Amino acid sequence: MINASLKQLSQALAAKQISSVELTQLFLDRIERLNPTLNAFVTVDPEKSLNSARLADARLAAASGVKPAGPLTGIPIAQKDIFCAEGWRTTCGSKMLANFISPYNATVIRKMEAEAGLVSLGKTNMDEFAMGSSNETSFFGPVRNPWDNARVPGGSSGGSAAAVAARLAPAATGTDTGGSIRQPAALCNLTGLKPTYGVVSRYGMIAFASSLDQGGPLAASAEDCALLLNTMAGFDERDSTSLDRPLEDYARDLEKPLNGLRIGLPKEFFGEGCDAEVMAAVRVAIAEYEKLGATTVELSLPNSHLSVPAYYVIAPAEASSNLSRFDGVRYGFRADDYGNLDDMYLKSRAQGFGAEVKRRILIGTYVLSHGYYDAYYLQAQRIRRLIADDFVEAFKQCDVIMGPTSPSTAFRLGEKAADPVQMYLSDIYTIAVNLAGLPGMSVPCGFAGGLPVGLQLIGNYFDEARLLNVAHRYQQATDWHSRRPEGMA
Amino acid sequence: MSLTLEQVQRIAHLARIEISETEARTTQSHLNGIFQLIEQMQAVDTHGIEPMAHAQDLSQRLRDDAVTEEDRRVAYQAVAPETEAGLYLVPKVIE
Repeated sequence: MINASLKQLSQALAAKQISSVELTQLFLDRIERLNPTLNAFVTVDPEKSLNSARLADARLAAASGVKPAGPLTGIPIAQKDIFCAEGWRTTCGSKMLANFISPYNATVIRKMEAEAGLVSLGKTNMDEFAMGSSNETSFFGPVRNPWDNARVPGGSSGGSAAAVAARLAPAATGTDTGGSIRQPAALCNLTGLKPTYGVVSRYGMIAFASSLDQGGPLAASAEDCALLLNTMAGFDERDSTSLDRPLEDYARDLEKPLNGLRIGLPKEFFGEGCDAEVMAAVRVAIAEYEKLGATTVELSLPNSHLSVPAYYVIAPAEASSNLSRFDGVRYGFRADDYGNLDDMYLKSRAQGFGAEVKRRILIGTYVLSHGYYDAYYLQAQRIRRLIADDFVEAFKQCDVIMGPTSPSTAFRLGEKAADPVQMYLSDIYTIAVNLAGLPGMSVPCGFAGGLPVGLQLIGNYFDEARLLNVAHRYQQATDWHSRRPEGMA
Repeated sequence: MSLTLEQVQRIAHLARIEISETEARTTQSHLNGIFQLIEQMQAVDTHGIEPMAHAQDLSQRLRDDAVTEEDRRVAYQAVAPETEAGLYLVPKVIE
Protein backbone atom coordinates (compact mmCIF):
# COMPACT_ATOMS: atom_id res chain seq x y z
CA MET A 1 0.00 0.00 0.00
CA ILE A 2 2.87 2.36 0.79
CA ASN A 3 4.08 2.44 -2.81
CA ALA A 4 0.70 2.04 -4.48
CA SER A 5 -0.48 4.45 -7.17
CA LEU A 6 -3.54 6.61 -6.53
CA LYS A 7 -5.50 4.42 -8.94
CA GLN A 8 -4.52 1.30 -7.00
CA LEU A 9 -5.44 2.96 -3.70
CA SER A 10 -8.75 4.02 -5.18
CA GLN A 11 -9.48 0.46 -6.28
CA ALA A 12 -8.48 -0.97 -2.89
CA LEU A 13 -10.78 1.50 -1.12
CA ALA A 14 -13.67 0.81 -3.49
CA ALA A 15 -13.21 -2.97 -3.05
CA LYS A 16 -13.14 -2.51 0.77
CA GLN A 17 -9.70 -4.15 0.96
CA ILE A 18 -8.70 -1.28 3.20
CA SER A 19 -10.58 1.60 4.80
CA SER A 20 -9.58 5.24 4.59
CA VAL A 21 -9.01 5.21 8.36
CA GLU A 22 -6.59 2.27 8.04
CA LEU A 23 -4.81 3.85 5.10
CA THR A 24 -4.55 7.21 6.86
CA GLN A 25 -3.21 5.52 10.00
CA LEU A 26 -0.62 3.67 7.92
CA PHE A 27 0.79 6.96 6.63
CA LEU A 28 0.46 8.72 10.01
CA ASP A 29 2.59 5.93 11.50
CA ARG A 30 5.23 6.47 8.83
CA ILE A 31 5.21 10.21 9.51
CA GLU A 32 5.68 9.58 13.23
CA ARG A 33 8.60 7.26 12.53
CA LEU A 34 10.42 9.02 9.69
CA ASN A 35 9.54 12.70 10.02
CA PRO A 36 12.00 13.35 12.88
CA THR A 37 14.78 12.60 10.36
CA LEU A 38 13.31 14.37 7.35
CA ASN A 39 11.43 17.34 8.89
CA ALA A 40 9.03 17.19 5.94
CA PHE A 41 5.90 18.01 7.96
CA VAL A 42 5.60 21.03 10.25
CA THR A 43 2.12 20.17 11.50
CA VAL A 44 0.32 16.87 11.88
CA ASP A 45 -2.96 16.44 13.70
CA PRO A 46 -3.84 12.72 13.65
CA GLU A 47 -7.31 13.21 15.15
CA LYS A 48 -8.23 15.75 12.49
CA SER A 49 -6.93 13.51 9.70
CA LEU A 50 -8.67 10.43 11.09
CA ASN A 51 -11.92 12.37 11.38
CA SER A 52 -11.81 13.23 7.69
CA ALA A 53 -10.91 9.61 6.96
CA ARG A 54 -14.05 8.52 8.87
CA LEU A 55 -16.12 10.91 6.78
CA ALA A 56 -14.52 9.51 3.64
CA ASP A 57 -15.29 5.96 4.75
CA ALA A 58 -18.93 6.98 5.24
CA ARG A 59 -18.97 8.42 1.72
CA LEU A 60 -17.42 5.25 0.35
CA ALA A 61 -19.96 3.10 2.21
CA ALA A 62 -22.85 5.21 0.88
CA ALA A 63 -21.51 5.11 -2.67
CA SER A 64 -23.39 3.06 -5.19
CA GLY A 65 -23.38 2.33 -8.90
CA VAL A 66 -25.84 5.17 -9.36
CA LYS A 67 -23.93 7.62 -7.18
CA PRO A 68 -20.27 6.57 -6.99
CA ALA A 69 -17.74 8.22 -4.68
CA GLY A 70 -15.11 10.45 -6.28
CA PRO A 71 -12.11 8.53 -7.63
CA LEU A 72 -9.82 9.88 -4.88
CA THR A 73 -12.26 9.68 -1.94
CA GLY A 74 -10.45 8.42 1.15
CA ILE A 75 -6.90 8.84 -0.18
CA PRO A 76 -4.53 10.69 2.16
CA ILE A 77 -2.55 13.66 0.87
CA ALA A 78 0.06 16.06 2.26
CA GLN A 79 -0.71 19.78 1.95
CA LYS A 80 1.97 22.40 1.45
CA ASP A 81 1.76 24.80 4.38
CA ILE A 82 1.07 27.70 2.03
CA PHE A 83 -2.59 26.63 1.69
CA CYS A 84 -4.91 27.98 4.41
CA ALA A 85 -6.83 25.08 5.93
CA GLU A 86 -9.58 25.84 8.42
CA GLY A 87 -8.63 24.87 11.96
CA TRP A 88 -5.10 23.91 10.89
CA ARG A 89 -2.04 25.91 11.82
CA THR A 90 -0.94 27.52 8.53
CA THR A 91 2.59 28.96 8.78
CA CYS A 92 3.94 29.41 5.23
CA GLY A 93 7.27 28.39 6.78
CA SER A 94 7.49 31.68 8.69
CA LYS A 95 7.77 32.84 12.28
CA MET A 96 5.34 35.53 11.17
CA LEU A 97 2.57 32.90 10.98
CA ALA A 98 3.97 30.33 13.42
CA ASN A 99 0.80 30.52 15.56
CA PHE A 100 -1.73 31.30 12.85
CA ILE A 101 -4.72 28.95 12.90
CA SER A 102 -6.51 29.59 9.64
CA PRO A 103 -10.17 30.58 10.03
CA TYR A 104 -10.97 29.55 6.45
CA ASN A 105 -10.11 27.09 3.68
CA ALA A 106 -8.19 27.79 0.51
CA THR A 107 -10.22 26.81 -2.56
CA VAL A 108 -7.72 24.01 -3.29
CA ILE A 109 -8.24 22.58 0.21
CA ARG A 110 -12.02 22.91 -0.03
CA LYS A 111 -12.13 21.20 -3.42
CA MET A 112 -9.79 18.39 -2.39
CA GLU A 113 -11.41 17.69 0.98
CA ALA A 114 -15.09 18.63 0.68
CA GLU A 115 -15.60 17.84 -3.00
CA ALA A 116 -13.08 15.09 -3.82
CA GLY A 117 -12.99 13.44 -0.36
CA LEU A 118 -9.19 13.45 -0.01
CA VAL A 119 -7.83 13.26 3.55
CA SER A 120 -5.23 15.85 4.62
CA LEU A 121 -2.36 14.17 6.50
CA GLY A 122 -0.79 17.42 7.63
CA LYS A 123 1.02 20.53 6.49
CA THR A 124 4.43 20.28 4.85
CA ASN A 125 7.55 22.32 5.46
CA MET A 126 8.58 24.89 2.87
CA ASP A 127 10.91 27.80 2.27
CA GLU A 128 9.63 30.86 4.12
CA PHE A 129 6.81 32.41 2.06
CA ALA A 130 7.94 30.07 -0.77
CA MET A 131 11.14 32.09 -1.25
CA GLY A 132 13.92 29.61 -1.76
CA SER A 133 15.16 26.65 -3.78
CA SER A 134 16.43 24.41 -0.99
CA ASN A 135 13.90 24.56 1.87
CA GLU A 136 16.66 26.06 4.03
CA THR A 137 14.88 29.40 4.57
CA SER A 138 12.07 27.75 6.58
CA PHE A 139 11.63 29.02 10.16
CA PHE A 140 11.07 25.36 11.07
CA GLY A 141 14.48 24.20 9.86
CA PRO A 142 15.62 22.53 6.66
CA VAL A 143 14.07 19.43 5.14
CA ARG A 144 16.36 16.53 4.31
CA ASN A 145 16.34 14.78 0.96
CA PRO A 146 15.28 11.12 1.40
CA TRP A 147 17.85 10.14 -1.26
CA ASP A 148 20.69 11.57 0.83
CA ASN A 149 20.02 13.13 4.20
CA ALA A 150 23.00 15.48 3.86
CA ARG A 151 21.36 17.08 0.83
CA VAL A 152 18.48 19.46 0.21
CA PRO A 153 15.16 18.31 -1.28
CA GLY A 154 14.88 21.49 -3.37
CA GLY A 155 12.36 24.19 -2.74
CA SER A 156 10.19 25.84 -2.05
CA SER A 157 7.87 22.78 -1.93
CA GLY A 158 10.68 20.76 -0.30
CA GLY A 159 8.60 19.26 2.50
CA SER A 160 5.94 18.06 0.06
CA ALA A 161 8.61 16.52 -2.18
CA ALA A 162 10.47 14.78 0.67
CA ALA A 163 7.16 13.50 2.09
CA VAL A 164 6.13 11.87 -1.19
CA ALA A 165 9.63 10.56 -2.02
CA ALA A 166 9.89 8.84 1.40
CA ARG A 167 6.26 7.69 1.09
CA LEU A 168 5.06 9.59 4.14
CA ALA A 169 2.18 10.47 1.84
CA PRO A 170 0.95 9.01 -1.47
CA ALA A 171 1.00 12.50 -3.04
CA ALA A 172 1.13 16.17 -2.11
CA THR A 173 0.20 19.67 -3.17
CA GLY A 174 2.81 22.24 -4.09
CA THR A 175 3.02 25.73 -5.51
CA ASP A 176 5.34 27.05 -8.18
CA THR A 177 6.31 30.72 -8.61
CA GLY A 178 9.71 30.18 -10.26
CA GLY A 179 10.16 26.39 -10.14
CA SER A 180 8.99 25.43 -6.65
CA ILE A 181 7.12 22.31 -7.80
CA ARG A 182 9.38 21.23 -10.67
CA GLN A 183 12.80 21.66 -9.03
CA PRO A 184 12.00 19.68 -5.84
CA ALA A 185 10.31 17.05 -8.04
CA ALA A 186 13.57 16.75 -9.99
CA LEU A 187 15.73 16.57 -6.86
CA CYS A 188 13.51 13.94 -5.17
CA ASN A 189 12.66 11.72 -8.18
CA LEU A 190 9.01 12.80 -8.41
CA THR A 191 6.60 13.90 -11.08
CA GLY A 192 5.39 17.46 -10.58
CA LEU A 193 3.14 19.72 -12.62
CA LYS A 194 2.80 23.49 -12.64
CA PRO A 195 -0.40 24.25 -14.56
CA THR A 196 -1.06 27.18 -16.89
CA TYR A 197 -1.41 30.36 -14.83
CA GLY A 198 -5.07 30.74 -13.81
CA VAL A 199 -6.08 27.06 -13.94
CA VAL A 200 -5.81 26.41 -10.18
CA SER A 201 -7.37 28.94 -7.80
CA ARG A 202 -5.05 31.09 -5.71
CA TYR A 203 -7.74 31.86 -3.12
CA GLY A 204 -6.36 31.03 0.31
CA MET A 205 -2.92 30.23 -1.11
CA ILE A 206 -0.66 32.69 0.71
CA ALA A 207 0.54 35.14 -1.92
CA PHE A 208 4.20 35.50 -2.89
CA ALA A 209 4.20 36.91 -6.45
CA SER A 210 0.59 37.00 -7.57
CA SER A 211 1.18 37.16 -11.33
CA LEU A 212 3.37 34.02 -11.17
CA ASP A 213 2.06 31.84 -8.30
CA GLN A 214 0.30 28.65 -9.32
CA GLY A 215 -0.62 25.53 -7.33
CA GLY A 216 -0.20 22.01 -8.63
CA PRO A 217 0.42 18.35 -7.72
CA LEU A 218 3.62 16.53 -6.67
CA ALA A 219 3.31 12.76 -7.00
CA ALA A 220 4.97 9.54 -8.04
CA SER A 221 3.67 9.48 -11.61
CA ALA A 222 2.01 11.50 -14.36
CA GLU A 223 -1.16 9.45 -13.91
CA ASP A 224 -1.32 10.42 -10.23
CA CYS A 225 -0.74 14.07 -11.17
CA ALA A 226 -3.58 13.95 -13.70
CA LEU A 227 -6.03 12.58 -11.12
CA LEU A 228 -4.95 15.21 -8.59
CA LEU A 229 -5.19 18.07 -11.06
CA ASN A 230 -8.75 16.97 -11.82
CA THR A 231 -9.59 17.76 -8.19
CA MET A 232 -7.59 21.02 -7.97
CA ALA A 233 -8.41 22.84 -11.20
CA GLY A 234 -11.46 24.91 -12.02
CA PHE A 235 -12.85 28.43 -12.13
CA ASP A 236 -13.14 30.25 -8.82
CA GLU A 237 -14.90 33.58 -8.53
CA ARG A 238 -12.88 34.28 -5.37
CA ASP A 239 -9.66 34.48 -7.40
CA SER A 240 -9.69 37.55 -9.66
CA THR A 241 -7.30 35.91 -12.16
CA SER A 242 -8.96 32.48 -12.21
CA LEU A 243 -9.86 31.47 -15.75
CA ASP A 244 -13.47 30.71 -16.55
CA ARG A 245 -13.08 27.69 -18.83
CA PRO A 246 -14.92 24.39 -19.17
CA LEU A 247 -13.70 21.66 -16.78
CA GLU A 248 -11.32 19.14 -18.29
CA ASP A 249 -10.48 15.53 -17.56
CA TYR A 250 -6.70 15.82 -17.44
CA ALA A 251 -6.35 12.03 -17.63
CA ARG A 252 -8.25 11.78 -20.91
CA ASP A 253 -5.20 11.60 -23.19
CA LEU A 254 -2.81 9.63 -20.99
CA GLU A 255 -2.67 6.61 -23.27
CA LYS A 256 -2.39 8.42 -26.61
CA PRO A 257 0.58 7.18 -28.66
CA LEU A 258 3.40 9.67 -29.18
CA ASN A 259 3.84 9.04 -32.91
CA GLY A 260 4.56 12.31 -34.63
CA LEU A 261 5.08 14.27 -31.42
CA ARG A 262 7.38 17.20 -32.18
CA ILE A 263 9.84 17.91 -29.36
CA GLY A 264 11.54 21.31 -29.33
CA LEU A 265 15.05 21.44 -27.91
CA PRO A 266 16.07 25.03 -27.13
CA LYS A 267 19.80 25.42 -27.62
CA GLU A 268 19.89 27.67 -24.52
CA PHE A 269 18.88 24.67 -22.37
CA PHE A 270 21.66 22.49 -23.74
CA GLY A 271 24.62 24.84 -23.43
CA GLU A 272 27.09 25.40 -20.64
CA GLY A 273 25.99 25.80 -17.04
CA CYS A 274 24.47 22.35 -16.66
CA ASP A 275 26.13 19.42 -14.91
CA ALA A 276 27.43 16.96 -17.57
CA GLU A 277 25.88 13.87 -16.00
CA VAL A 278 22.51 15.62 -15.69
CA MET A 279 22.73 16.60 -19.35
CA ALA A 280 23.65 13.03 -20.33
CA ALA A 281 20.56 11.64 -18.56
CA VAL A 282 18.35 14.23 -20.28
CA ARG A 283 19.76 13.29 -23.69
CA VAL A 284 19.13 9.58 -23.06
CA ALA A 285 15.53 10.46 -22.15
CA ILE A 286 15.08 12.37 -25.40
CA ALA A 287 16.47 9.39 -27.33
CA GLU A 288 13.85 7.24 -25.56
CA TYR A 289 11.16 9.63 -26.83
CA GLU A 290 12.47 9.19 -30.36
CA LYS A 291 12.04 5.43 -29.91
CA LEU A 292 8.45 6.15 -28.87
CA GLY A 293 7.81 7.87 -32.19
CA ALA A 294 8.65 11.50 -31.46
CA THR A 295 10.82 13.74 -33.61
CA THR A 296 13.05 16.54 -32.37
CA VAL A 297 13.65 20.02 -33.65
CA GLU A 298 16.35 22.38 -32.45
CA LEU A 299 15.13 25.86 -31.70
CA SER A 300 16.03 28.95 -29.75
CA LEU A 301 14.56 30.90 -26.85
CA PRO A 302 16.91 33.84 -27.38
CA ASN A 303 15.87 35.82 -24.29
CA SER A 304 15.77 32.96 -21.81
CA HIS A 305 19.08 34.04 -20.24
CA LEU A 306 17.22 37.16 -19.06
CA SER A 307 14.58 35.22 -17.16
CA VAL A 308 16.45 35.09 -13.83
CA PRO A 309 17.26 38.85 -13.82
CA ALA A 310 13.70 39.81 -14.85
CA TYR A 311 12.21 37.42 -12.30
CA TYR A 312 14.31 38.88 -9.47
CA VAL A 313 12.73 42.26 -10.18
CA ILE A 314 9.13 41.17 -10.79
CA ALA A 315 8.76 38.55 -8.05
CA PRO A 316 10.27 40.71 -5.26
CA ALA A 317 8.23 43.72 -6.44
CA GLU A 318 5.01 41.75 -6.10
CA ALA A 319 6.21 40.16 -2.85
CA SER A 320 7.03 43.52 -1.25
CA SER A 321 3.46 44.58 -1.92
CA ASN A 322 1.86 41.28 -0.87
CA LEU A 323 3.86 40.99 2.34
CA SER A 324 3.02 44.51 3.46
CA ARG A 325 -0.11 42.95 4.98
CA PHE A 326 2.03 41.41 7.73
CA ASP A 327 2.07 44.33 10.12
CA GLY A 328 1.24 42.73 13.45
CA VAL A 329 -2.27 44.21 13.57
CA ARG A 330 -4.89 41.76 12.33
CA TYR A 331 -3.06 38.41 12.45
CA GLY A 332 0.43 37.03 12.66
CA PHE A 333 3.41 37.89 14.79
CA ARG A 334 3.62 41.07 16.86
CA ALA A 335 6.85 42.03 18.67
CA ASP A 336 6.72 41.96 22.46
CA ASP A 337 8.23 45.39 23.07
CA TYR A 338 7.60 48.47 20.98
CA GLY A 339 6.95 52.19 21.32
CA ASN A 340 4.60 53.87 18.88
CA LEU A 341 2.69 52.32 15.95
CA ASP A 342 5.56 52.79 13.48
CA ASP A 343 7.93 51.10 15.91
CA MET A 344 5.49 48.22 16.25
CA TYR A 345 5.55 47.69 12.47
CA LEU A 346 9.34 48.01 12.29
CA LYS A 347 10.02 45.53 15.09
CA SER A 348 7.26 43.03 14.25
CA ARG A 349 8.46 42.79 10.65
CA ALA A 350 12.15 42.73 11.62
CA GLN A 351 11.59 39.87 14.07
CA GLY A 352 8.85 38.03 12.15
CA PHE A 353 10.55 37.69 8.75
CA GLY A 354 13.71 35.70 8.01
CA ALA A 355 16.75 36.97 6.09
CA GLU A 356 15.76 35.83 2.56
CA VAL A 357 12.24 37.22 2.84
CA LYS A 358 13.62 40.56 4.06
CA ARG A 359 16.09 40.65 1.17
CA ARG A 360 13.31 40.18 -1.34
CA ILE A 361 11.06 42.77 0.31
CA LEU A 362 13.95 45.24 0.12
CA ILE A 363 14.67 44.49 -3.55
CA GLY A 364 10.98 44.90 -4.32
CA THR A 365 10.67 48.12 -2.35
CA TYR A 366 13.67 49.54 -4.18
CA VAL A 367 12.64 48.62 -7.74
CA LEU A 368 9.17 50.07 -7.15
CA SER A 369 10.45 53.28 -5.58
CA HIS A 370 10.35 56.68 -7.24
CA GLY A 371 13.10 57.10 -9.82
CA TYR A 372 13.82 53.38 -10.25
CA TYR A 373 10.42 52.07 -11.37
CA ASP A 374 11.05 52.56 -15.10
CA ALA A 375 14.63 51.32 -15.11
CA TYR A 376 13.85 48.14 -13.21
CA TYR A 377 10.19 47.24 -12.96
CA LEU A 378 9.04 48.36 -16.40
CA GLN A 379 12.21 47.06 -18.05
CA ALA A 380 11.63 43.67 -16.38
CA GLN A 381 8.04 43.63 -17.63
CA ARG A 382 9.20 44.39 -21.17
CA ILE A 383 11.71 41.56 -20.97
CA ARG A 384 8.94 39.35 -19.64
CA ARG A 385 7.06 40.07 -22.90
CA LEU A 386 10.13 39.12 -24.96
CA ILE A 387 10.49 35.86 -23.05
CA ALA A 388 6.79 35.00 -23.50
CA ASP A 389 6.97 35.87 -27.22
CA ASP A 390 9.95 33.51 -27.64
CA PHE A 391 7.72 30.65 -26.50
CA VAL A 392 4.94 31.69 -28.91
CA GLU A 393 7.46 31.41 -31.76
CA ALA A 394 8.85 28.12 -30.43
CA PHE A 395 5.43 26.46 -30.25
CA LYS A 396 4.93 27.14 -33.97
CA GLN A 397 7.61 24.50 -34.53
CA CYS A 398 6.92 21.95 -31.81
CA ASP A 399 4.30 20.46 -29.47
CA VAL A 400 6.38 20.24 -26.32
CA ILE A 401 9.71 21.70 -25.24
CA MET A 402 12.20 19.57 -23.31
CA GLY A 403 15.37 20.12 -21.34
CA PRO A 404 16.76 19.69 -17.84
CA THR A 405 14.62 20.85 -14.90
CA SER A 406 17.58 21.82 -12.76
CA PRO A 407 21.24 22.41 -13.71
CA SER A 408 22.42 20.03 -10.97
CA THR A 409 21.23 17.19 -8.77
CA ALA A 410 20.41 17.82 -5.09
CA PHE A 411 23.14 19.95 -3.51
CA ARG A 412 24.45 19.70 0.05
CA LEU A 413 22.71 21.46 2.91
CA GLY A 414 24.47 24.78 3.40
CA GLU A 415 26.29 24.62 0.04
CA LYS A 416 24.50 27.62 -1.48
CA ALA A 417 22.92 29.14 1.61
CA ALA A 418 25.50 31.93 1.96
CA ASP A 419 25.25 33.17 -1.63
CA PRO A 420 21.76 34.24 -2.76
CA VAL A 421 22.81 34.57 -6.41
CA GLN A 422 24.08 30.97 -6.60
CA MET A 423 20.78 29.83 -5.06
CA TYR A 424 18.76 31.87 -7.56
CA LEU A 425 20.55 30.22 -10.47
CA SER A 426 19.15 26.81 -9.37
CA ASP A 427 15.96 27.88 -11.13
CA ILE A 428 17.58 28.97 -14.37
CA TYR A 429 15.54 26.53 -16.51
CA THR A 430 12.20 26.83 -14.74
CA ILE A 431 11.62 30.57 -14.25
CA ALA A 432 10.87 31.48 -17.88
CA VAL A 433 7.83 29.17 -17.76
CA ASN A 434 6.32 31.16 -14.87
CA LEU A 435 7.03 34.49 -16.55
CA ALA A 436 5.20 33.29 -19.66
CA GLY A 437 2.42 31.61 -17.62
CA LEU A 438 2.85 28.26 -19.40
CA PRO A 439 2.35 24.77 -17.96
CA GLY A 440 5.51 22.80 -17.08
CA MET A 441 6.38 19.45 -15.60
CA SER A 442 9.35 17.61 -14.19
CA VAL A 443 9.63 13.88 -14.82
CA PRO A 444 12.26 11.49 -13.36
CA CYS A 445 14.71 10.52 -16.13
CA GLY A 446 17.68 8.86 -14.48
CA PHE A 447 20.39 9.30 -11.88
CA ALA A 448 23.72 11.09 -11.64
CA GLY A 449 26.03 10.03 -8.83
CA GLY A 450 23.14 8.13 -7.22
CA LEU A 451 20.90 11.21 -7.18
CA PRO A 452 17.73 11.76 -9.22
CA VAL A 453 17.65 13.82 -12.43
CA GLY A 454 14.51 15.53 -13.73
CA LEU A 455 13.46 16.09 -17.34
CA GLN A 456 11.48 19.28 -17.82
CA LEU A 457 8.50 19.29 -20.20
CA ILE A 458 7.04 22.66 -21.19
CA GLY A 459 3.69 22.84 -22.97
CA ASN A 460 1.69 25.50 -24.73
CA TYR A 461 -1.08 27.29 -22.79
CA PHE A 462 -3.73 24.84 -21.49
CA ASP A 463 -1.80 21.83 -22.81
CA GLU A 464 -1.69 20.06 -19.43
CA ALA A 465 -3.44 16.95 -20.79
CA ARG A 466 -0.82 16.64 -23.52
CA LEU A 467 2.08 17.13 -21.08
CA LEU A 468 0.62 14.43 -18.84
CA ASN A 469 0.24 12.14 -21.86
CA VAL A 470 3.86 12.75 -22.91
CA ALA A 471 5.06 12.06 -19.35
CA HIS A 472 2.83 9.00 -18.89
CA ARG A 473 3.93 7.23 -22.07
CA TYR A 474 7.56 7.73 -21.06
CA GLN A 475 6.78 6.30 -17.62
CA GLN A 476 5.28 3.22 -19.23
CA ALA A 477 8.51 2.69 -21.16
CA THR A 478 10.92 3.44 -18.28
CA ASP A 479 10.98 2.75 -14.56
CA TRP A 480 12.92 5.75 -13.21
CA HIS A 481 9.80 7.13 -11.55
CA SER A 482 9.23 3.95 -9.56
CA ARG A 483 12.70 3.92 -7.97
CA ARG A 484 12.55 4.59 -4.24
CA PRO A 485 15.27 5.82 -1.87
CA GLU A 486 16.88 3.24 0.41
CA GLY A 487 16.49 3.37 4.17
CA MET A 488 12.92 4.66 4.02
CA ALA A 489 11.13 1.33 4.38
CA MET B 1 24.94 50.31 -9.88
CA SER B 2 25.81 49.94 -6.25
CA LEU B 3 23.65 50.67 -3.23
CA THR B 4 25.14 52.75 -0.42
CA LEU B 5 24.64 51.88 3.22
CA GLU B 6 22.33 54.89 3.60
CA GLN B 7 20.21 53.69 0.66
CA VAL B 8 19.86 50.25 2.24
CA GLN B 9 18.77 51.85 5.50
CA ARG B 10 16.31 54.08 3.70
CA ILE B 11 14.76 51.16 1.75
CA ALA B 12 14.48 49.15 4.97
CA HIS B 13 12.64 52.04 6.58
CA LEU B 14 10.29 52.37 3.59
CA ALA B 15 9.56 48.64 3.95
CA ARG B 16 9.09 49.09 7.72
CA ILE B 17 11.77 46.59 8.65
CA GLU B 18 14.06 47.65 11.48
CA ILE B 19 17.68 47.01 10.57
CA SER B 20 20.87 47.36 12.63
CA GLU B 21 24.01 48.79 11.08
CA THR B 22 25.68 45.34 11.05
CA GLU B 23 22.67 43.81 9.33
CA ALA B 24 22.57 46.70 6.88
CA ARG B 25 26.18 46.02 5.88
CA THR B 26 25.57 42.31 5.19
CA THR B 27 22.36 43.18 3.37
CA GLN B 28 24.20 45.82 1.32
CA SER B 29 26.68 43.24 0.02
CA HIS B 30 23.94 40.67 -0.73
CA LEU B 31 21.74 43.21 -2.50
CA ASN B 32 24.63 44.50 -4.58
CA GLY B 33 25.38 40.94 -5.68
CA ILE B 34 21.74 40.47 -6.68
CA PHE B 35 21.62 43.80 -8.51
CA GLN B 36 24.71 42.80 -10.46
CA LEU B 37 22.67 39.87 -11.76
CA ILE B 38 19.67 42.11 -12.44
CA GLU B 39 21.81 44.66 -14.34
CA GLN B 40 22.07 42.19 -17.27
CA MET B 41 18.64 43.49 -18.23
CA GLN B 42 19.92 46.97 -18.88
CA ALA B 43 21.87 45.89 -21.97
CA VAL B 44 18.65 44.96 -23.77
CA ASP B 45 16.94 47.45 -26.07
CA THR B 46 13.24 47.22 -25.26
CA HIS B 47 11.99 50.29 -27.11
CA GLY B 48 8.46 49.76 -28.35
CA ILE B 49 7.91 46.57 -26.34
CA GLU B 50 4.65 46.60 -24.39
CA PRO B 51 5.31 45.78 -20.71
CA MET B 52 3.75 42.45 -19.70
CA ALA B 53 2.16 42.72 -16.27
CA HIS B 54 0.36 39.44 -16.38
CA ALA B 55 0.36 36.02 -18.00
CA GLN B 56 -3.23 36.30 -19.20
CA ASP B 57 -4.56 39.33 -21.00
CA LEU B 58 -7.76 39.68 -19.03
CA SER B 59 -9.76 42.56 -17.73
CA GLN B 60 -11.02 42.43 -14.16
CA ARG B 61 -14.33 40.67 -13.74
CA LEU B 62 -17.20 42.59 -12.24
CA ARG B 63 -19.80 41.10 -9.96
CA ASP B 64 -23.18 42.26 -8.71
CA ASP B 65 -22.97 44.88 -5.99
CA ALA B 66 -24.45 42.58 -3.40
CA VAL B 67 -23.38 41.28 0.02
CA THR B 68 -22.02 37.76 -0.41
CA GLU B 69 -19.96 37.29 2.75
CA GLU B 70 -21.35 36.35 6.11
CA ASP B 71 -20.19 38.07 9.30
CA ARG B 72 -17.23 36.11 10.64
CA ARG B 73 -15.68 38.85 12.73
CA VAL B 74 -15.32 36.68 15.82
CA ALA B 75 -13.45 33.96 13.93
CA TYR B 76 -11.20 36.44 12.15
CA GLN B 77 -10.41 38.39 15.29
CA ALA B 78 -9.58 35.22 17.20
CA VAL B 79 -6.20 35.19 15.40
CA ALA B 80 -5.43 38.88 16.02
CA PRO B 81 -2.62 39.86 18.41
CA GLU B 82 -4.84 42.22 20.40
CA THR B 83 -8.54 43.11 20.17
CA GLU B 84 -11.12 44.74 22.39
CA ALA B 85 -14.88 45.04 21.87
CA GLY B 86 -14.55 43.91 18.26
CA LEU B 87 -11.78 46.37 17.46
CA TYR B 88 -8.12 45.77 16.61
CA LEU B 89 -5.85 47.43 19.15
CA VAL B 90 -2.67 49.30 18.18
CA PRO B 91 -0.57 51.87 20.07
CA LYS B 92 -2.20 55.28 20.35
CA VAL B 93 -1.95 57.13 17.01
CA ILE B 94 -3.55 60.48 17.89
CA GLU B 95 -2.54 62.11 21.16
